[in-house]
Amino acid sequence: MVDSRAHSYWKANIKLVLSLLCVWFLISFGCGILFVDALDNIRFGGFKLGFWIAQQGSILVFIALIFIYIRAMDKLDEKYNQESSGESNQQTEGDSL
Amino acid sequence: MSVQAWTYVFVVLSFSLYIGIAIWSRAGSTKEFYVAGGGVHPIANGMATAADWMSAASFIGMAGLISFLGRDGTFYLMGWTGGYVLLALLLAPYLRKFGKFTVPDFIGDRYYSQTARLVAVFCAIVISFIYVCGQMQGAGIVFSRFLEVDVTTGVIIGMAIVFFYAVLGGMKGITYTQVAQYCVLIFAFMVPAIFISLMMTGQAIPQIGFGSELLDGSGYLLDRLDGLSQELGFATYTEGQRSTQDVFFITAALMFGTAGLPHVIIRFFTVPNVRDARRSAGYAIIFIAILYTTAPTVAAFARTNLINSVSNVEYSAVPEWFSKWESTNLIRFNDKNNDGKIQYLGDAEKNELTVSADIMVMANPEIAGLPNWVVALVTAGALAAALSTAAGLLLVISTSVAHDMLKRTFMPSITEKQELLYARLSIFVAVLIAGYVGMNPPAYVAQVVAFAFGLAAASFFPAIVLGIFQKKMNKEGAITGMAAGFIFTASYIIYFKLINPAANTADNWLFGISPEGIGTLGTMINLFFAYTVSRFTPEAPAEVQELVENIRLPGEA
Repeated sequence: MVDSRAHSYWKANIKLVLSLLCVWFLISFGCGILFVDALDNIRFGGFKLGFWIAQQGSILVFIALIFIYIRAMDKLDEKYNQESSGESNQQTEGDSL
Repeated sequence: MSVQAWTYVFVVLSFSLYIGIAIWSRAGSTKEFYVAGGGVHPIANGMATAADWMSAASFIGMAGLISFLGRDGTFYLMGWTGGYVLLALLLAPYLRKFGKFTVPDFIGDRYYSQTARLVAVFCAIVISFIYVCGQMQGAGIVFSRFLEVDVTTGVIIGMAIVFFYAVLGGMKGITYTQVAQYCVLIFAFMVPAIFISLMMTGQAIPQIGFGSELLDGSGYLLDRLDGLSQELGFATYTEGQRSTQDVFFITAALMFGTAGLPHVIIRFFTVPNVRDARRSAGYAIIFIAILYTTAPTVAAFARTNLINSVSNVEYSAVPEWFSKWESTNLIRFNDKNNDGKIQYLGDAEKNELTVSADIMVMANPEIAGLPNWVVALVTAGALAAALSTAAGLLLVISTSVAHDMLKRTFMPSITEKQELLYARLSIFVAVLIAGYVGMNPPAYVAQVVAFAFGLAAASFFPAIVLGIFQKKMNKEGAITGMAAGFIFTASYIIYFKLINPAANTADNWLFGISPEGIGTLGTMINLFFAYTVSRFTPEAPAEVQELVENIRLPGEA
């Protein structure tokens, strides 16, 4: 059953990467470039929101995205590794996957 | 102490540190020389990546460019940080799992072809070489201005230092000097920024000062800057001037390029495993973001300061820094209406002052009247930024020649010792050529540096991503794609920048995309050709597909 474990690991990975990249695109190209003028109508402190996202906020979101990815992948790896070791220990009882 | 004395102190101290590290971290094997033995801690690699990445352009040039571009300058900020998301999510972990030494290594093995390997070697050398000449030139200019030696001497000193630690230590020496260089450059960038933010807004954190009210009671910084710009007839700072599609394409080209630059990618080969590769991408973006979120604040502070301190001021009463930079021709004053005052205006007919974007970071501490040691610190920082990037690039050139061209292609029978010797020799030759170009800069070097990104975006980025995420992608597709993307992007840039610069206006651009942003279209062309050609040619062989399956899974290579 190695193949199906590998398959579901890869599928989970793709799903994670795609959803993070959606946020990446929406914040940088969406809020920072395409809708920046509309967002500029909202103000906080001395900033226009669109301008702030373009020059500051987007970078903070990039950091957050990478760290979410690191944590999620650690979990995914751990699950995969546990399943692999579980599989080799319980071969006689059959595979739960 | 004078600025110059302080400058000598900082430069000599920081250079001795780099040399000390170089002696301590000599490389004994090709693995140490190419990937620092593969045992670099992710935090150290994050810092080294940040220093590798942040060049003379990021340190000296970027804040100044943003100063004059206003909101349009955003493409540098988002482009040069957003690429790390792509790098972390799409490339770094898989390339680390693949576990070889260079980018052409991956391309050659994944696409089971020596042709693919050589195309990759060619792209890597061209991209890195364009980039390294700019660094040498940057280091030369900094030396000549602050240590008052001529540019040639400046370049020679820079070459000697880089040569010393790159040849001795290879990737190992480069990694640990880059860690030190990161510390020097970030300190040198932050200290003046914090000082200026405190002086102008009373906020110690520049990112907060950016959105705060000015202490002189003229309202919020950005509103004041918008107001001043409008009064003098400049474009409103927080509004965009370039077309949306051009900003979009430039940002994308810089992002894809960042993710495809070989000197950044190879940094991820130096950590022990896949997990650490992901982690070090995370640390790298934090270390980079410290500078990249501060740069736009410096841009706004410096611009406001500049306008306040020169607009409508008697020319005879200008501050000392003004005359000093005037002598370098980076500030020029031409009293068109003969009233003895400086009119700094958006209207080109009446404007009497031209200020080069390059001096905004370098002169900023002087404009703000900061202590001499802060002014001197900026010099050490700029040199650290230029040298760390130059070293990373030289290593790419050296590994491409010694490892990919000689060992893997033309002379597979050489021993490890010989390979190491060739690697050192090729760094030596590369340093000499880069130094020569730095001393005799063709006018276009500085302009062309930014285009290294477009070329990386159009060649490596799609080839690597397809290699990982499309296991059936074959060599025919990848090679055609890389060649098409590279040739298209290079021709567009060469046409508008070298052959016919007069035509370089929005009306003549393809779809309104400037040469800076054309790499994005190059990426699409690469993908289009790769897909189309691969549909009509046999899919990748089974053992290559197995290799791809393997790099997708966790665990050791």
